Amino acid sequence: MLELQHLGKRFGERVALDDVSFRVAPGRLTGFVGGNGAGKTTTMRIVLGVLGADTGTVTLDGHPLGTADRRSFGYMPEERGLYPKMRVLEQTVYLARLHGWSPAAARRNAEELLDRLGLAERHDDPVESLSLGNQQRAQIAAALVHRPEVLVLDEPFSGLDPIAVETVQSVLSDAADSGARVLFSSHQLDIVERICDDLVIIAGGRIRAAGSGDELRAEHGSERWELLTDGDAGWVRELPGIVVTDFDGGWARFEADSDAARRAVLAEALRRGEVAGFTREHTTLAQIFKEVVQ
Amino acid sequence: MSTSRSTAELRTPKFTETVGLIAGREVTTRLRSKAFLISTGILMLAVLASVVLGGIFGGKSDPAKVAVVGTAATAVEGNPALEAVPVDDRAAGEALLRDGEVDAIIVPEASDPTGLQVIGLDRAPGGVVQALSAQPGVELLDPATVDPLLAYFIAFGFGIVFFMSAITFGSTIAQSVVEEKQTRIIEILLSTVSARELLTGKVIGNSVLAFGQIIAIAVLALVGLLATGQRVLLGVLGSSVIWFVVFFAIGFVMLAALFAASAALVSRAEDVGSVTSPVTMLVMIPYFAVVFFFDNPTILTVMSYIPFSAPVGMPVRIFLGQAEWWEPVLSLLVLVATTLGALAIGDRVYRNSLLRTGTRVKLAEALRG
Repeated sequence: MLELQHLGKRFGERVALDDVSFRVAPGRLTGFVGGNGAGKTTTMRIVLGVLGADTGTVTLDGHPLGTADRRSFGYMPEERGLYPKMRVLEQTVYLARLHGWSPAAARRNAEELLDRLGLAERHDDPVESLSLGNQQRAQIAAALVHRPEVLVLDEPFSGLDPIAVETVQSVLSDAADSGARVLFSSHQLDIVERICDDLVIIAGGRIRAAGSGDELRAEHGSERWELLTDGDAGWVRELPGIVVTDFDGGWARFEADSDAARRAVLAEALRRGEVAGFTREHTTLAQIFKEVVQ
Repeated sequence: MSTSRSTAELRTPKFTETVGLIAGREVTTRLRSKAFLISTGILMLAVLASVVLGGIFGGKSDPAKVAVVGTAATAVEGNPALEAVPVDDRAAGEALLRDGEVDAIIVPEASDPTGLQVIGLDRAPGGVVQALSAQPGVELLDPATVDPLLAYFIAFGFGIVFFMSAITFGSTIAQSVVEEKQTRIIEILLSTVSARELLTGKVIGNSVLAFGQIIAIAVLALVGLLATGQRVLLGVLGSSVIWFVVFFAIGFVMLAALFAASAALVSRAEDVGSVTSPVTMLVMIPYFAVVFFFDNPTILTVMSYIPFSAPVGMPVRIFLGQAEWWEPVLSLLVLVATTLGALAIGDRVYRNSLLRTGTRVKLAEALRG
């Protein structure tokens, strides 16, 4: 378990992080979501040790992080960085070796990963000659080549086409399945919602919500329900304790002031005819995000 | 846990292993650069050319050929500066002289006190006359060991080799520091290795290259002197070249640390030139000073103790025979102490500036951290 406890950071007068605490569990993909300047990058840089926190600690399995631990970290910084003139494979091998892999194993890891990321044909090309999308893949290879136990990726999906997004997603899922703790930030809320097990939402340097997708929906999701019947659903608004917010033929969305009032809607619908659907309204991550950051 | 991941394929690297990897990358990157190979080739050619030209102009000339008539042959016999070509009479000698086969004709002349007469073509053949002259033995109380022109060339040679190598490899290390900042790979590197490992690897990698180039130049110069038969010069120059290599090896580490630290203050390749200009000055001043003041023992003595000019100043003084045996040792100790200081300051500035991108970091802030 990677655990951030009460992190605080100021840049001059500006408070960048204020009491930031959350956990990244092994075997799960944790999405880190927040607007521009919310504190994502600062948090990630503190976890990686490239920036010091004013207060608070980061622990791994209960002990404070040291240099030796960080060697087993993989990092993809917000501002992409590789040696532009160095060849893709050579560079990936070099980074694996800096982490302590033997020459042969470093090469094997690098080749496997580059091939999987679709860079098999580009091993001997200098990084600067790759397209932006391919540079992004090379950057992901650089973060993963040493089989990290903790992966911290700042916007790994930005600039990737949908196929590449799926490739990267499967690489990250595999890393998580083999026990890595994976934390990544993204602005693409639909991707985060689709692939993440856990979510952390930050705004203004404070954590606004954290937990699994289901937990967040239970806490911040909609209180509204949706009914779909084969007949006209106009009758719903006549029931006591019910406020209909949207209505269209056999479909209605409503808020109920009690569980009993809600059950009464279902009972009445069944009495009147066929019920095609009766569910709590699906809340997208975007909706939850908007709600918690306000 | 990272410790439990230790296997034959993966283990925590030692400081020296990490430094070795970083230094190795610096070296291979440079050796692959065409610009580096070409500039090294040009420098080597220049050194070889100066040694060979020195051999041609400074070496001893062949004995002058002279036509000798009759008994004049005995006067020439055994004279190393003259090669006798016996002819039957003066007319035959004149024919050889006009053809350029000989430099002069020597004929017996009873009316001359020496019993000889030297005949030239269009001007007095001074060399031949001098070779025939009897000269008294000479003893110098305070001999000038070195020809001033030669001294100038030697001073200039040490100066330009130091200047070229220090500037080339100093700016290389500066560029390499800024490249890592500009491309932001520095964040990945620093999440893996320490700033000290990175700086040490860079300084060692570039020092190895610079040192290799200096050794190659020294070997080329010494072999060149041997090959062109300038053994006399080799004996005098040999020890100063060896001292030059020793001083350069340590002096360059000092300069490399200063170049790396000053380059770490900026984030863009365009700013490297201006931010490293104080260090560049420290390299240029000794070069100009030694060229202008090679014949001023006082200034040369001062230069030979200032760490930045010692790698040039001390070898020149050793060559000129002005330095006592202990002087290079003392100067070397001063240089080593200054280098350790430069490394400590460089490490601090480098570490504190690496992750600060954007505007130029003020030196005072970088020192404070």
